[in-house]
Amino acid sequence: MKRNFWMAAALGAFALAACGGPKEVVKAFSAEEPFPSNPYPSTYAPYPNAPVLITNATILDGEGARIENGSLLIQGGKVTALGLEIAAPEGAVVIDAAGRWVTPGIIDNHSHLGAYPSPSVTAHQDGNEISAPVTAEVWVEHGIWPQDPGFSRARAGGITALQILPGSANLFGGRGVTLKNVPARTVQGMKFPDAPYTLKMACGENPKRVYGYGRGSYPGGAPYSRMGNMAGYREAWIRAADYRRKWDKYNIEGGDMPTRDLELDTLAGVLSGEILVHMHCYRADEMAQIMDMSREFGYKVTAFHHAVESYKIADKLADYGACSSMWADWWGFKMEAYDGIPENIPLVANAGACAIVHSDSDVGIQRLNQEAAKAWADGKRIGIDIPIEQAWEWLSLNPAKSLGIDDVTGSLKPGKNADVVIWSGDPFSIYTKADQVFIDGALMYDRAHPETNAVTDFELGQPGEGDVK
Amino acid sequence: MIRHLIAATSAAACLALGAMAETYAVIGEKVWTGTDAGTIDDGIVIIRDGRIVTVGGPDTPVPEEATVVNAEWVTPGLISAFSRTGIVEVDAEDSTNDTSAALSPFSVSLNAADGFNPDDTAIDVTRIAGVTRIVVAPSPATNLFAGQGFVADTTGSQETALRERAFLYMSMGEGGAGLAGGSRPAAWAQLRAALDDARAYPGRYAGGGEGDVLTRRDAQALASAARGQQLILVSVRSATDLNALMDLAESDRALKFAVVGGDEAWRVADRLAALRIPVILDAFSNLPGSFDQLAATQENASRLVAAGVSIAIVNLGNDSHLARLMTQIAGNAVANGLDWDEAMKSLTVTPAKIFGLSGYGTLAVGARGDVVAWDGDPLENTSNTDAVFIDGVPQDLTSRQTELRDRYRTLDESQRPLAYVHP
Repeated sequence: MKRNFWMAAALGAFALAACGGPKEVVKAFSAEEPFPSNPYPSTYAPYPNAPVLITNATILDGEGARIENGSLLIQGGKVTALGLEIAAPEGAVVIDAAGRWVTPGIIDNHSHLGAYPSPSVTAHQDGNEISAPVTAEVWVEHGIWPQDPGFSRARAGGITALQILPGSANLFGGRGVTLKNVPARTVQGMKFPDAPYTLKMACGENPKRVYGYGRGSYPGGAPYSRMGNMAGYREAWIRAADYRRKWDKYNIEGGDMPTRDLELDTLAGVLSGEILVHMHCYRADEMAQIMDMSREFGYKVTAFHHAVESYKIADKLADYGACSSMWADWWGFKMEAYDGIPENIPLVANAGACAIVHSDSDVGIQRLNQEAAKAWADGKRIGIDIPIEQAWEWLSLNPAKSLGIDDVTGSLKPGKNADVVIWSGDPFSIYTKADQVFIDGALMYDRAHPETNAVTDFELGQPGEGDVK
Repeated sequence: MIRHLIAATSAAACLALGAMAETYAVIGEKVWTGTDAGTIDDGIVIIRDGRIVTVGGPDTPVPEEATVVNAEWVTPGLISAFSRTGIVEVDAEDSTNDTSAALSPFSVSLNAADGFNPDDTAIDVTRIAGVTRIVVAPSPATNLFAGQGFVADTTGSQETALRERAFLYMSMGEGGAGLAGGSRPAAWAQLRAALDDARAYPGRYAGGGEGDVLTRRDAQALASAARGQQLILVSVRSATDLNALMDLAESDRALKFAVVGGDEAWRVADRLAALRIPVILDAFSNLPGSFDQLAATQENASRLVAAGVSIAIVNLGNDSHLARLMTQIAGNAVANGLDWDEAMKSLTVTPAKIFGLSGYGTLAVGARGDVVAWDGDPLENTSNTDAVFIDGVPQDLTSRQTELRDRYRTLDESQRPLAYVHP
């Protein structure tokens, strides 16, 4: 008997060795414990790179400073020094960037890459859950396709991080997510570690077009009007406040665990200040209504997106403290975009409000520096003279602030992530291209060596594979 | 006495009155002519009675009576070779959108010029940016054929002279397949049958006969294109679809084609050059947005020109309100290998050539007075226009956008609401 037992044990051990090691043990369901707070955690880790010393460059630190003939040292994934003369540490790669400019990586806080990827076929329409006007329960990261070639195009344009948002069909579109612009097999491999979650909202024409007069799928057809939009938001916040109260009471007093509700989890997260609101809103009067609604329910709008009429209420936006994420010049495609003007961004910045350049486009994301340049020049022509080193805040620091990641990125400061772009020249010139793009100090795009750059799975075996794009 | 043109817009508006007999001297640190004269340093362009009478260097005599404009750069007026400017006010509002008609029984015969509105706010915006002439196309809705396109200037005048029926616009490739019933075979069946109907017009339709695909009026409208007497603009992207179109072009040498889109045209550039088919393209295109754009690259423009293909650069991403971004797109093409002079030609000389707009697109003696003065390199992100002449008349540089800008320049409502501010 004993021998059989040992045999069985030996066979068992052999079988285990053949399987290659211990398997993950999934934590079993427990009736006593509430749900995990971070169920889809980031698995991103910075890629290795030797130290890099960039010299002789015109450096914009992204916080208003400009250094001519400057040097930047990158070690261990961080910016460690920034100045005129920096000694190269042992083993450092020295890049002489004479005639070239260095800036923080650009952060696009309004993208649908992955959720509305290329190719834009019917199976890839993952940006809007058009089954109801309130879908705060969905998370856009669950529909992002990391193989979207748009990510590589954006990287070649100097984009080091980006926010992917649900679309604007719904009053509440769902959770957005902030990503590092690194190639990865999984979305978790791109997720920006410790970045707060965001909630996409939309005002104006789109929700009532999709559901009301568009005869959308939601029974009853609401919302049909802007007043219907507002009632829709307010009604949802009322339910969220109630949910928040139940969970707060349970956390203090115990008792019966409240029923978990995915939709209300997200809305309550806004009310507790953990989840940041990013709201698509064009018209000045609507933004003013939304600001009052935020006061009604005790939350803050972090950023208005598109914000085509922000120039009309730039003073109110400055006082309230919301960012405006804007285009340089899109206008006229909807009534709410009819009053768009090319001076919107500099007028907002000039009033002391947080100004951001965004794309909402897989084409525009490739040249946000040019979009900023156009806006900057249009401002200059009407006497708003903002130095380029300050205007760069529209591209890096302000979007980082709007995403709650400005403590680690968005500017070139010792101790912050080395998310750095070396440009072939003045990045406000049409002729300038991104030469090298570093993310956490690792070279993730190199224009001089196209054979080393990422080619997504989709592009393999297709015409144009590996071509310069 | 030489009068100097003040940049103030009201002055320009005043000058427009009775300006046909005026003489202007436009002086540029750089004058790009679009001809063999190349770029003239400190050049002078004299405009009189709507035409360019002199183009020369710094020693060119300036007439006493001339109003002088000084600029950094002077170029011919830009020509958008493909747009929807002037036929739609607000894209999403159907009542203001005359680009297509899904319920119309007509297709080929639809005349986009009938939808042209000189009061369209996008026309002012386009003119201010130095685009003096626009080629405007309808959009297809019921079958492959969108209808008849036209050419207009951007004066915004109720008297704007239109070159109507300048071309036929149609869609093939993936777009055409969708329009013709759901496949490329369906699109080709429709196209071949339509050409047959057109060639057989009027005979086939005599005594109440019917066409295979086209109604009588549409067959009549297609007849001249079918006989090679009207240019056919075809929206087509992939190398495969371009080759199919060129097979047709080779089988019927009379047909005159120009490609719109042509995202993969670089792959078949030699054949396009041999057949002298121009490509009207958006040089931003570099994504596999659909399966017929897989090889799209920003080097498309430079590769086509290197192979001898004529190109015109336009904004296909927003053709109704932002045709003016053609300069940014062309500058981008230069950053991706296109020669700067070729890029400028793609905005001026080549569009004029494609559409037979003789007298436009260059600064040359005898040419029409479409002239633009710029405050910098016209392709740079940061440049704007200082003066725009159309047929020798200085143009107003205000628009609804500039009025909104001026009203909201300062947000001071302490005395009165901003509505009382009249820009």
